[in-house]
Amino acid sequence: MGVEQKLGNMGVVTTTLEQVVNWSRTRAMWPMLFGLACCAIEMMSAQAADYDMSRFGMELMRASPRQSDLMIVAGRVSRKMGPVLRRLYDQMPEPKWVLAMGDCASCGGVFNNYAIYQGVDEVVPVDVYVAGCPPRPEALIHGVVTLYEKVYGEKFTDYADVA
Amino acid sequence: MDKTLEEITRDLQEKFEATFEEFRGEAHVFMQPAQIVEVLTYLRDTHEFPLLSAMTVVDYWPQEEPRFHVIYQLTSIAKNLSLQVRVPVAATSPEVPTVSGVFSAANWREREAWDMFGIRFEGHPDLRRILMPGDWEGHPLRKDYPLGYEEPQFTFNFDEIDLRKPYAKE
Repeated sequence: MGVEQKLGNMGVVTTTLEQVVNWSRTRAMWPMLFGLACCAIEMMSAQAADYDMSRFGMELMRASPRQSDLMIVAGRVSRKMGPVLRRLYDQMPEPKWVLAMGDCASCGGVFNNYAIYQGVDEVVPVDVYVAGCPPRPEALIHGVVTLYEKVYGEKFTDYADVA
Repeated sequence: MDKTLEEITRDLQEKFEATFEEFRGEAHVFMQPAQIVEVLTYLRDTHEFPLLSAMTVVDYWPQEEPRFHVIYQLTSIAKNLSLQVRVPVAATSPEVPTVSGVFSAANWREREAWDMFGIRFEGHPDLRRILMPGDWEGHPLRKDYPLGYEEPQFTFNFDEIDLRKPYAKE
């Protein structure tokens, strides 16, 4: 019956443009190194051999915000670091996502005082929060996969300038 | 207390009219702010205490007056001795002459003392905040500075705290 009969044999796939774009965005999402404190160690170990994040498209971590898609805020953000964080977030090109890794980035963690932001969402808009102190590499990968599921559900109109 | 340390403290007592306390073998010598540069130069040159191990401030509010004690911990490597010099400073005019000319390690420690306690150091080349952001108001490590505590969000108070939180715009 036409296309459906040939689907497997001729290497033809039918889909929508949005699905393809979202799929490709998840398959090569490069994180920006924002390891501030102890969570950075777990982020490094998630990137390293045993809990490989390259399997999920995060082949390498770009230190430059201009060349990255995802900002993993790993660690506590002090009041002095806040403007720096915001500036780097503004320098990332669209589409961009933010993953708050660990308790300190999500809610201030153990540091309930004047010097630490009580959650990095006071500075940048966060898409996924990963709990843990520090979160295990598997938890970070679960957070990344949750972000991918969010990306699959995105529409083009989210990024349109027209309201 | 070590014999050499006893001699040194007695010498300081005679020369500079200092008082001293002993605590478990440590010697704490109390000085006036005006004398401090002379005392530290004397200790560094004559008594061979070339290392300023630590320079910090303690706030004894409201129990004691004067409120701040600026503490200089000096170490002699050759003699294997450690001596602590304390300078009581009142809160009304917390000014101490800088010792960054004598020990260059004191430069950043005095910036920290200014930032955290509000103690001015006369003659310091670059007295500005080192730990807090440049435009921060207040001196955080004073005993009357509030903790900046945010109430933890549980399920029962989540919504009311959520309304107050300053979320970032896109």
